[in-house]
Amino acid sequence: MRRLLAQLGRRGIEFFARLGRRLLLLLRILAGTGALFRDFPLLIRQLYGIGVRSVVIVSLSGFFVGMVLSLQGYTVLSQFGAKESLGILVAASLVRELGPVVTALLVAGRAGSALTAEIGLMKTTEQLAALEMMAVDPIRRVLVPRFFGGLLAMPLLAGFFSAFGILGGYLVGVDLLGVDAGAFWGQMQQGIDCHKDLCNGVLKSLVFGWVVIWIALFEGYDSLPTSEGVGYATTRTVVQSALTVLCLDFILTALLLGV
Amino acid sequence: MDSVVRIRGLRFARAGKPILTDIDLTVAPGSVSAILGPSGSGKTTLLQLISGQLRPQVGRVELMGQALTHLSRRRLYQLRTRMGMLFQNSALLTDLSVFENVAYPLRAHTDLPESMIRKLVLLKLQSVGLRGARDLMPNQLSGGMARRVALARAMALDPRLLLYDEPFTGQDPISLGILVRLIRQFNDASRLTSILVSHDVQETLRIADYVYLLDRGRIVARGTPEQLAETDDPWVRQFLQGLPDGPVGFHYPAPDLLADLLESA
Repeated sequence: MRRLLAQLGRRGIEFFARLGRRLLLLLRILAGTGALFRDFPLLIRQLYGIGVRSVVIVSLSGFFVGMVLSLQGYTVLSQFGAKESLGILVAASLVRELGPVVTALLVAGRAGSALTAEIGLMKTTEQLAALEMMAVDPIRRVLVPRFFGGLLAMPLLAGFFSAFGILGGYLVGVDLLGVDAGAFWGQMQQGIDCHKDLCNGVLKSLVFGWVVIWIALFEGYDSLPTSEGVGYATTRTVVQSALTVLCLDFILTALLLGV
Repeated sequence: MDSVVRIRGLRFARAGKPILTDIDLTVAPGSVSAILGPSGSGKTTLLQLISGQLRPQVGRVELMGQALTHLSRRRLYQLRTRMGMLFQNSALLTDLSVFENVAYPLRAHTDLPESMIRKLVLLKLQSVGLRGARDLMPNQLSGGMARRVALARAMALDPRLLLYDEPFTGQDPISLGILVRLIRQFNDASRLTSILVSHDVQETLRIADYVYLLDRGRIVARGTPEQLAETDDPWVRQFLQGLPDGPVGFHYPAPDLLADLLESA
């Protein structure tokens, strides 16, 4: 019993110590925001690495998700004679929920894990220590551009996801299943609200981007400088990001809907 | 200043396990000082304490006249612009070319015009024999070349103190010879002070002015290479001559072999 309590205590202390380190790292990143103006090219490079390099996988995923949504939606809506509402169903599902959430999960899997591995390896190969010894703060040189690059990339990628999703939904709904094109676009135009749907979607993807990149950077920076340590850290990034995004999605949706 | 590094009564422990105990050490300006010892003796930890990467828990570490214990990050960074370090892994920034790696400290800490930075970088690369490799990326360099580029980078700001962490590990004989020559040459030509941490005895003794021998976190012997060569201490003799058996036994402590073999599974 005493051993169990001791183990619980140890785990608790570890958890809070880790949480503290995580918060301190975030504060140091935010404090280093000014470095972005000096090292602007670094931000562009990260925006390219995290954003542009994820465009294909995000767009393709969005396209297929849109097609599936359209198929499923058509099946249900046609039972109630409301197949003309397919456009709004596809668009609302993508813009409000699937765009931000699935994009965040994809970015965590593709860019988040790569960021953790990259920073973990920089630690293992003493590059971070070398920056320190050159009197350059590695957080400003390495983490700050990656954090803001990821933060900016996320809503843009979610936009790609939703746009290609709507395109996929259109192809299946209109060209394959015969829904009227005018009704598809018209209902979508009428039903989607700029503030309630688009802005809330962008807000969600910004929050998810913040969390996913923060987790990825912390796990890399805090990883043990061994190949095993970097491997564990990469796995932790993907698992924690996915769980946090899904949990946060529920909280944000409830808040935004005013429930 | 009569010392560049001065350490008194230093103790350092990790998770309650002592790593360094009662270390007293003085490094004279202009000298090449070596810290020799077997793996796990605490050499790299000592170097990290000297460079301010770790803070002493007990005792005092002074670097160029400043105590490191409570030095602010800003003051520490100011000190570091006057020192360079060569890492065991070379630690070149993998997203930058050879030229940009050497130019990095200059760009970070000076407002020199681009033309001047170019000249300085080419001169530094020339001094390590790699001016022709300026456009290569770190992954295109051999281990020896990477270490020479890292040496040029460490010298970029003309430091007063240069630290070397296991500079000879994993080098072929030619690269080894080049590095040994460069370390001594840079030290004498640039009038800097060098501290070398290594377990490569012969190469280190060739260039060191003064040697500290470290074993299990304690300094067990100190002196010039000549003085150490004449010592009667069995551990020092075993370490310096690379003898397989002696005070440090060949066998890891274990029960009697026969008893171990006969013990039922």
